[in-house]
Amino acid sequence: MAPYASDDRATAGEGDESRSARRRAARYVVPVTVMGVAAATIGLVPAIADSGDPDLPEITAAQLIEKIAKSDVEQLSGTVKITTDLGLPDLGGLESSLASGAVERGEGGSSADPSAKLTELASGTHTLRVAVDGPDRQKVSLLEDAAEYSLIHDGKDVWGYDSRSNEVYHGTVDESGKEREQQPPATPKDFAEEALKSVDDTTSVTVDGTAQVAGRDAYRLVVKPKQSGSTVGAISIAVDHETGTPLKFTLTPSSGGAAVVDVGFTEVSFDRPAASTFEFTPPKGAEVTEDGELDEGGEHSEKPEGAPKSEEDLAKGLDGLKMLGEGWNTVAAFDTGGEGGLPAGGAGGDLGGFLGSLGDQVKGDFGTGTVFSTRLVNALITEDGKVYVGTVTKDALVKAADEGK
Amino acid sequence: MSQAEAARRTSPLWTLGLFRSELLTTFRRWRTLALLGVLAAVPVLVGVAVEIETGDGPAAGGGGGAGPAFISQITNNGLFLVFTALAATLPFFLPMAVGVVAGDALAGEANAGTLRYLLVAPAGRTRLLLTKFATVIAFCLAATLVVAVSALAVGALLFPLGDLTTISGTRISFAEGLARALLIALVVAASLIGVAALGLFVSTLTDSGIAAMATTVGLLITVQILGQIPQLDALHPYFFSHYWLSFADLMREPVYWEDLTRNLGLQALYAAVFGSAAWARFTGKDITA
Repeated sequence: MAPYASDDRATAGEGDESRSARRRAARYVVPVTVMGVAAATIGLVPAIADSGDPDLPEITAAQLIEKIAKSDVEQLSGTVKITTDLGLPDLGGLESSLASGAVERGEGGSSADPSAKLTELASGTHTLRVAVDGPDRQKVSLLEDAAEYSLIHDGKDVWGYDSRSNEVYHGTVDESGKEREQQPPATPKDFAEEALKSVDDTTSVTVDGTAQVAGRDAYRLVVKPKQSGSTVGAISIAVDHETGTPLKFTLTPSSGGAAVVDVGFTEVSFDRPAASTFEFTPPKGAEVTEDGELDEGGEHSEKPEGAPKSEEDLAKGLDGLKMLGEGWNTVAAFDTGGEGGLPAGGAGGDLGGFLGSLGDQVKGDFGTGTVFSTRLVNALITEDGKVYVGTVTKDALVKAADEGK
Repeated sequence: MSQAEAARRTSPLWTLGLFRSELLTTFRRWRTLALLGVLAAVPVLVGVAVEIETGDGPAAGGGGGAGPAFISQITNNGLFLVFTALAATLPFFLPMAVGVVAGDALAGEANAGTLRYLLVAPAGRTRLLLTKFATVIAFCLAATLVVAVSALAVGALLFPLGDLTTISGTRISFAEGLARALLIALVVAASLIGVAALGLFVSTLTDSGIAAMATTVGLLITVQILGQIPQLDALHPYFFSHYWLSFADLMREPVYWEDLTRNLGLQALYAAVFGSAAWARFTGKDITA
């Protein structure tokens, strides 16, 4: 039966009641074909949809950066996919400082507290929805399984709503304040602005062709450290050619492999979002947590003075901060003094041995210490309680510690 | 030959008649009624449990987010019981009921010795198979609606109704909420098509109704277990159950369509593959009973 299994004639008429085994087998061509067509469609459609890079007029890197700076997009809504792969499951404080250094406030207890929730963004893949209407109304929603966490800023109200537990967080901000900064980085624009702050003579910035992101034509801006020793390989930013809005941000490590941070719109619209998007009244029976301290929290999350490098975000919110080195190889150093700025720092005694086993022991002029590595950030914790953190390789970190001694 | 020719000559009305008699046979069975009864009882259980738990007064959020989707909102709006009940029954109760009915569809007839009498009627095997498939899908819809209607009734009895908050935090009117509940019920029913097609295919493989039902339900459990294993991540998108809970995306504002369309596409694919496999097997099979 098998040799003729693919004979098309056999499948021709359903009325053909021939009982021959050959024909019987031939019928299975139909389900197999359906499966084959489906597999081919799934495999081919993305390839066809990827219609190549769009043709756009030439532009220099400087012009493109200016375009981003000039971008005056006030209304925007879309879906953002954010993937982070720092390469280490939990380094507690280090990762959560991505959520605006809000570690200390995360102990509030309400699951609707923005800082507690957005820490989740620091690992894995998440889908966000963003809507912006001017400086006074923004909304970011984190899509979860059958639930959603929304952070809504409408005028002077800031609402956090966790639909899974039906809990509401409420805070207020000055209407004239820098509201935008109080939002954790969620859109490619936020990330791009951070990256472009670090553009100086230690950085090479080039325009590397064009790309299509969320159905829009975009330029690709590539930012690379000129020095060696940084764990940052390259940062690629796709910039919408019409509006100058960054649509996609990708940070690849110098060690190669998958991107450490990849944030991009999968869907974007520059129309004004519906007004109802920003209206929020706590649902009946929801537990509302008031937080009058959001103003403080906002200042808290602003960039420290004299810290122009994006990587130094990671050290944000820690006291006694000292910067060593320059450009991309800047290392943040601080003394935990046993207070425990980092969980590992305060753990000293009992946990020390366990934590030590997670990192690599190193020796140098600074004494001995342990290096904890992620794909982007390396941290050196010395035995006398000093912590050095930077987006530099292990060797560069030890060198900085030696020099900083 | 003559059978199929006869089938071609029969009017569409005749097919409709066959479908009607199949529906009647299926829904008159005690087994079917018992399955629907169990399904109707689930929302009652959930509703009463939530009511007892929070009987001392209106619940204040609480729950910490544990339990099936939407459960924390039930006390504030009974309509949420519909979503919770569907979320609670979709992983197991609903597909199990569908698996039982689909597995029994042809194997049960063969087992009881009635299949050949069905084929004596001038309908043709393809037509009979399509009718059986339509009946199983009708059962999917009926089962889902039983859960939804029972949940709505219990929700209205035990809890207040009114405007509701979508999971995105925006408010919609009760009428729109009802419309979305109906849409969700339809999507849930459509989510079961994959299991229905799989069950029908298994049903053509054996002459024992029990074996077909057990195999279908066994496959369902296997897929659900495999779906929990993170190491099999790459395979998960091909499991018929992978996008089941995407129905909750209809409660977002605006609706998030990506997973919903993937779910419907996947169910259609299962229907096409296993439906045609069932056709290949059934039309070429020796009917001995």
